[in-house]
Amino acid sequence: MPHNKTQDTLVGLFVASGIASLFFLGLHVSNLSSFSHGKTYEITARFSNSGGLKVKSSVSAAGVKIGSVKSISFDPKTYESVVKMDIDAQYKTLPDDSSASIFTSGLLGEQYVSLDGGGSEEYLKNGSKIEITNSALILEKALGQFLFKSAEEKKGSDDTKKGNSKK
Amino acid sequence: MEFFHSLGVSTRSSFTKLGRGSYFLYHLLAGISSVLVRPRLLLKQMHSVGVLSFLIISISGLFVGMVLGLQGFYILSRFGAEETLGVMVAASLVRELGPVVTALLFAGRAGSALTAEIGLMKATEQLSGMEMMAIDPIKRVVSPRFLAGFLSMPLLAALFSCIGIIGGQLVGTGLLGVDDGAYWSQMQANLDFQDDIINGIIKSIVFGFVSSWIALFEGYDCIPTAEGVSRATTRTVVNSAFSILGLDFILTALMFGEN
Repeated sequence: MPHNKTQDTLVGLFVASGIASLFFLGLHVSNLSSFSHGKTYEITARFSNSGGLKVKSSVSAAGVKIGSVKSISFDPKTYESVVKMDIDAQYKTLPDDSSASIFTSGLLGEQYVSLDGGGSEEYLKNGSKIEITNSALILEKALGQFLFKSAEEKKGSDDTKKGNSKK
Repeated sequence: MEFFHSLGVSTRSSFTKLGRGSYFLYHLLAGISSVLVRPRLLLKQMHSVGVLSFLIISISGLFVGMVLGLQGFYILSRFGAEETLGVMVAASLVRELGPVVTALLFAGRAGSALTAEIGLMKATEQLSGMEMMAIDPIKRVVSPRFLAGFLSMPLLAALFSCIGIIGGQLVGTGLLGVDDGAYWSQMQANLDFQDDIINGIIKSIVFGFVSSWIALFEGYDCIPTAEGVSRATTRTVVNSAFSILGLDFILTALMFGEN
């Protein structure tokens, strides 16, 4: 075969570009690099309602992603949602009186857990529990309460009017 | 009565063909070990199957990505969600279009060539000639081609997806004014390596296996005449397309079922 060498080079280029595109997909498209799958530690928080939070939802502090939700389960005794989170081991100086809240990114975005630091000298470690939690805002519930409240206020004001007129 | 007779004949012949196909596959897989001893054979086939498909795959990938960018933008802008264009383009390419369109193009570009080549070898009695010289034609001719197709497909599919994503970005951010940062960051936030990319690669590996197998078997099994080779080539393209699309449905249902 006279063209052995160019053929080898072409096959080499082909394989290299295929593998390069696999790396591109892994690193640039799915962002594999942003969250290292290195060491993590686990913390637990109990919410009265975890809303639309899902496994793999992000956990952030001050807007920076520091971990992800590992599991969500229901505790049948306390009727609470138990959320376990994996936090990247490099963030080990989170105070143990930090509070966890569930927020929504954007109006229709996905939900995430936000950790707000407290003032304690002790730090969260593997297996720690977060005591102060704020549940997810359920839009339907909030709307329902608002409507109910405004209806009640109207009724109340009608009653006072009647009372006034009798006098 | 005639109807039942022909039904019986076609049932029996399709089962015997399936049996021959499985037997062929068994021998072909057994022959792979001898390919590893002679990598030059594999290299030559990688050139004709992979490198020569490179151009058609990259150009189709570019255009598919650009069309996805355009179509996606027009639909998403109705809902005021142009920023999610990147997610739409990348998810549809990586999960679905990348593996499937690559496999269909591969069946048309490389599969038909494999069938015609082996069919012609059979028609000109080259395969029998090899057997006369005590060379196993499956080990010498078929297994290297199979391995080349099997290895090339995931690489080609990954290439297709990449170029498609870049094409979508060209149209989306260059032409239609989607924010470049939003395109990439939404994509990175919503695509998962395990769920999306690995599953897409698994799909393309399965398609590579099936379409190379069909192409080689149709060539090896054809009636050794000019007409037989042409029919076998047609059957390769048709059967590969059917099995790729059917398997795609099954794999999608299995992989992305619970989401």
